[in-house]
Parts: sequence; structure tokens; C-alpha cells
Amino acid sequence: MCLGVPGRVVSVRESVAEVDFWGVRREVCLDIVDEPVAPGDYILNHVGFAIRRIPPEDIGQTLALYETLLAEAAKDDLMVADVRGEIEATNRK
Amino acid sequence: MNANPRLENAIRQLKFRDPALARRLAGAIARVTKEIGRSPVSVMHVCGSHEQAIAKFGLRATFPEDLNVIMGPGCPVCITDMPEVDEGVALARQGHIVASYGDMLRVRGTSLSLNDVQAEGARVEVVYSAPQAVELARSTDREVVFFATGFETTAVATAAVVRANPPKNFSVLSAHKYIPPVMEIVAEMPETRVEGFLAAGHAATITGWGLFEPFVERHRIPVVVAGFEPLDILAGLARLVELVRDGEPKVVNMFPRCVTKEGNLRAQEQLWSVFRPVGGRWRGIAHVPNGNLRLREEWAHLDARRRFTIDLAALWDDAPAALTADCICGDIMSGISSPTDCTLFGRECVPDSPVGACMVSSEGACKIWHQYGGHPDLGVS
Repeated sequence: MCLGVPGRVVSVRESVAEVDFWGVRREVCLDIVDEPVAPGDYILNHVGFAIRRIPPEDIGQTLALYETLLAEAAKDDLMVADVRGEIEATNRK
Repeated sequence: MNANPRLENAIRQLKFRDPALARRLAGAIARVTKEIGRSPVSVMHVCGSHEQAIAKFGLRATFPEDLNVIMGPGCPVCITDMPEVDEGVALARQGHIVASYGDMLRVRGTSLSLNDVQAEGARVEVVYSAPQAVELARSTDREVVFFATGFETTAVATAAVVRANPPKNFSVLSAHKYIPPVMEIVAEMPETRVEGFLAAGHAATITGWGLFEPFVERHRIPVVVAGFEPLDILAGLARLVELVRDGEPKVVNMFPRCVTKEGNLRAQEQLWSVFRPVGGRWRGIAHVPNGNLRLREEWAHLDARRRFTIDLAALWDDAPAALTADCICGDIMSGISSPTDCTLFGRECVPDSPVGACMVSSEGACKIWHQYGGHPDLGVS
């Protein structure tokens, strides 16, 4: 019941959006979300309601948080360098 | 952007499941836990979705032995109290249509579940969202009672339909619960000694992370808000053990792609205009001051408890003495015991014939452990 699922908005009609969840399309109510939602946006869905528009730039912000955590790890670790490279690549996109 | 949106979505999602990054984060958790130098270090999450991800992706096997990650009272189905189920059962028996979320049908009240009365001929419908219950009411002349369960995140959805002028034959039986007050109770339980909380990202999406600041102030326990992808959880735990190590009681938001300090104000306004917090029992836990959400006076005309007379004594008279005497769901949800500590687990109590509520719901600790094997011993030292 209480799973929050992210999905991508396909179309919007008044206060209802059609949202693609990994190939499954569902109608999602927009009465609760606190920002305008447009096709192409990602939203967090909860029991048929969008509770948040997920700004694409914030995804990079979360990945940056992981990087901070890993900064404490050994600086010369090759795998850490690898992971950092990946995060940076994501942030550039 | 070029692109196949589904592929883009998949790539984005995979970033939060990347095994190399996961291993590094698990390493960070182990290192910091060791630096704390005590055993066990107990932290608690209060969300069925967190436990599902932990079990499904086998994260528990990566936790260090000295770190005890407890599932608290985070399953909305499990903490719905027996008399609340009884109220739904009584209304269904009166001939009204009772609509609720799927898992609720199998949870037994004092003597019966909604499934049981459905077998007797009562009409009980599964809905996936509150608007579906309203649709159901529009399609019939009979009374439709929406048995509304779940935490504040789900209560917001109920509030939205209450405010959207539902038909006259629609009413709400609210068993909604509010998480922050129960955290106060668990934080004070001497048996559990929780040193930090992992708060649920979608509830915090609504309420905002600022809500936890007074709690942290009062109990001097850190709170980390985390999302639901495996990396979200590992990163949340890594930050949480750091805060425990450094003796820093503060709130840290590790889910900034959804959670802000103030939260979703539009949703909060709707939630609190429809519901008020009142004290009440949570199944197996305790009386929780302000832990239950009930309809405000101005919505009394939509409150099933006002519209109908509900006689629970009649149900309680023929309640059987059940195996539930041996059930330790309450201890499991308080973090005092694990599912495998229960003598019924996997024997008398299995998902097909659950004894306790924790074995019913896909978010219950017992069901999740039963399904995914709980705490697997992978023979890795």
C-alpha cells in the first residue's frame, strides 16, 4: 500500500496525468502535488496520487551525497576513483 | 534529448542500484560501525518499503554483525488495531459495501477478517486508490464505506477525496495513523535502545524533514531521511552510523530529490484540514498519543462512525481463543524481537494462513522474512 513509485508523465488532462511506470501506464491524480507537472516530468506516485515532481537536477544532488560519504574512504582506492568518475559523468548529463 | 524515455528511465534507476557503489557504501557502514566500538549498535527504520528493499536486495547480509537494523512499526496493515478491523467487519455485515486496500482484507480482527465476511456473502471490494472507492460509490445506490488505512502519506489521498465532494452514499472509516508520535514511544522503550532512526522518504516528502527537528532535540537521537532504492538505504545507513559515532543528534536529508525541509505544503494543508490527531491504540505496540488520524468535526457527515451504529460487542462475544496468544507481532514491531524469534514463524504462521498481522501484509516483517529468507547466512565471514 505505501510504496512510493517514480514514473514519467506522458500526458496531463486537468488534474489527472497519464504516467508511465516502466511500461505500465496508469492515471495519477494531481490534486496533491505542489508544482505544475508537464509531460516528460518524473513524479513520485503514492496510492494513485503524485506527491512530488522530481526535478532532474536533484538526482545528481543525491548522487553527490553518496560521493561525500565515500570521500572518507581511502583516497588511493581505484574503485572509489571509478565510482567518482561515474558520478561526475552523471552530473554532466 | 534524444531518446527512448523508458531506456532513460531505466538508466536513471540503475544509478541507484549500482553494485560497485553499493559495495563501497556497505564498506563504509562496516568501517564506521567498527569505529563506534560498541555492540550491538541498534538503529531502526519505520517503513515497510525499507524492509522490503533490504530483504529483496539482500542488504542485510552486507550489514556488519555489530549493526542491528530493526524494522519498527512501519507496516500500516500490521499496526491497524483489531477493533478497527472489527468496525469494518461489522459494517460489511450490516449490508454496506466496504472498500479497502488489498492487504487489509486478510487481517483478522478480534474474530473475523473482511475476507471471512466476504465468504459469508458480504460485499467487500479491493481498491488501489481512494478515488476508486469514490467511483464505486458513484456506480451504486448502496452505501460504500472506504476503510481507510495507512500512514500520513496515504491519509493525504483520503483527504483529497473527502474534499472533492464525494457522493452522499460514500463515507470513510478512518484507521489512518501518524508516524512521528510512535517514534517518540519507541525512542523511550528501554528494551530497544534505538540509537538512530532511518525515516521514510515518501512520508517525509509530505511532512518535510524539519518535522523531525523537535524530536531530535528531545531525544538526542539522529534521524536520517532515506529513499527506497538499495543505494538510498545504504547511503542513509552509512550517514546514520556516522552520526551515531560522532554523537551528533541531528536530522540529515539523504533523499533530496524528493524531500525538502518544509515538505509538500499543499498536501499538508489538505491533510490537516480533513484529519485531526487523536490518541489511540496501535496493534501490538501501545496507546499512542496523537497517533491516530480521525475526521474533523466539519466532515462528520462523511464519517462512517457517525453515520452508522457499530456494535462491536456482538462480534467479541463469539471470539475464539486463538493462536494469537503466542504471537509476538507487537515485540517484532517494537524492535524487541525478530520474526525468527517467534515459535509460530514458518510453522503455524505462514503467508497462506497468517496468525499475526506481520505475516499478512507485503510490508510486514514476518511476511518479508518468510518470502526472502530473512537474514541469510551466506557463509561470508
